[in-house]
Amino acid sequence: MQLGENLHSIGEAFGLALALVLAGDADLIEIVLLSLRVSLTATVVACLIGLPIGALVAIGRFPGRNVVLIVMNALMGLPPVVVGLLVYLHLSRSGPLGFLGLLYTPTAMIIAQTILIAPIVAALSRQVIEDLHAEYAEQFRSLCLTRLQTIQALLWDARYSLLTVGLAGFGRAVAEVGAVIIVGGNIDHLTRVMTTAIALETSKGDLALALGLGIVLLVIALGVNAAVQSVRMTAARQAYV
Amino acid sequence: MLARKLTATAVALVIGSALWAQDQSIIVQSTTSTANSGLYDYLLPIFQGKTGIQVNVVAVGTGQAIKNAENCDGDVLLVHAKPSEEKFVAAGFGTARTDLMYNDFVIVGPAADPAGVAGMNDVQGAMSKIAGEGALFASRGDDSGTHKKEMALWADSGVDPTAASGDWYRETGSGMGATLNAGIGMGAYVMTDRATWISFGNKQDYQIAVEGDEDMFNQYGVIPVNPARCPSVNVDAAQTFADWLVSDEGQGAIAAYKVADQQLFFPNAPDS
Repeated sequence: MQLGENLHSIGEAFGLALALVLAGDADLIEIVLLSLRVSLTATVVACLIGLPIGALVAIGRFPGRNVVLIVMNALMGLPPVVVGLLVYLHLSRSGPLGFLGLLYTPTAMIIAQTILIAPIVAALSRQVIEDLHAEYAEQFRSLCLTRLQTIQALLWDARYSLLTVGLAGFGRAVAEVGAVIIVGGNIDHLTRVMTTAIALETSKGDLALALGLGIVLLVIALGVNAAVQSVRMTAARQAYV
Repeated sequence: MLARKLTATAVALVIGSALWAQDQSIIVQSTTSTANSGLYDYLLPIFQGKTGIQVNVVAVGTGQAIKNAENCDGDVLLVHAKPSEEKFVAAGFGTARTDLMYNDFVIVGPAADPAGVAGMNDVQGAMSKIAGEGALFASRGDDSGTHKKEMALWADSGVDPTAASGDWYRETGSGMGATLNAGIGMGAYVMTDRATWISFGNKQDYQIAVEGDEDMFNQYGVIPVNPARCPSVNVDAAQTFADWLVSDEGQGAIAAYKVADQQLFFPNAPDS
């Protein structure tokens, strides 16, 4: 009986998801666009921070490097709610950066997600670049490349693998709810994104709609990944012409 | 080159986000019941149409709403825990507290009614019976207004449920909706405000078991945050909003809001 009802809500959720998308519901579009804007911006900023750090640690040999590696890898497991709290305490009006007035804005959400995924980008790109560097190390030495040139060459050569690293970061950002609900506040028409909307509908007991939104989120993630994949394939094809 | 372009895009997006906030807007730190029941979706367009002020609602438990307001992260506080609200004003965080509206708490339970409390209107008697039977009871356990009220009722009943925490007494540490979902999932009794219950979508076979005791009265209050304590407050807009809520027009709008033909909140602001 119970199981039958639950299965019924899953079926209903697919119907609702389809209806929402087909109707082009204005609220839904707004929420989807904000989700994309926040998480894509966070991904870009996290890559700008994480890729150089990952590359530097990959090719660098310095005391305490192992400790840095362990810390970087551990930070991939940062709990979103802890990041949210830390950012809240800084951006709160009574916090050190309160004068900026950024709490409960999309910017605060971008900051939180950037902190959350920059370590993922750094740690994964470090591994990718280190493996590649091991292959090319002799060649680089014979060419007498500077460290900057080496990093540039490695980043460029690993660009397709690094795209996947970026996607891993984006996936984490667009799927998390703990950080954005604290620093964004889930304000309707201002800071409500897909995950916080799903949390809200769940708390209202509207499980079918919550799941429907979840399906839409999954489809968006699929779309972003497909877009990146097609860019990658087009570029690869051109490279061999 | 690509990196520079990306940086420029990122900077533009961040600056764009910062400009996103509208100038005539306020943040209301609110309890969840008023938001989850859809009251704001009904009231705010009326208020904004009249004044042009954009009201942004952050819906969290009363405990967290008060804490956020004390951190100056809101312009108006709208919650339901009178003693805590009066403390908030006494400590200088709010200018003044006004009674706004009320509804009542109810205890909902499964149709099977394992503790045999269905139909009771003596809440203390019902709670002692639930404890005596060791029937499952799911509590917010999150220092919210509802949780504070529940603890006061347990104290009146002469029961210390926390001694049985994890046994028949289950503290979810979550919001009202999450606690209802969890309680219904495990077949536990749950105390909730009537507005949340009426508009709640996942009732399954649950019904109101205990209601009608005057001790289950649930008073909401509104408090503008004190600009002397929090200079960032949008004083005029906050006062305009608080004044409108307690005005004849605002009170009329609160009374007019219905879900499934039932009035959810009963305005009771004092005549000014």
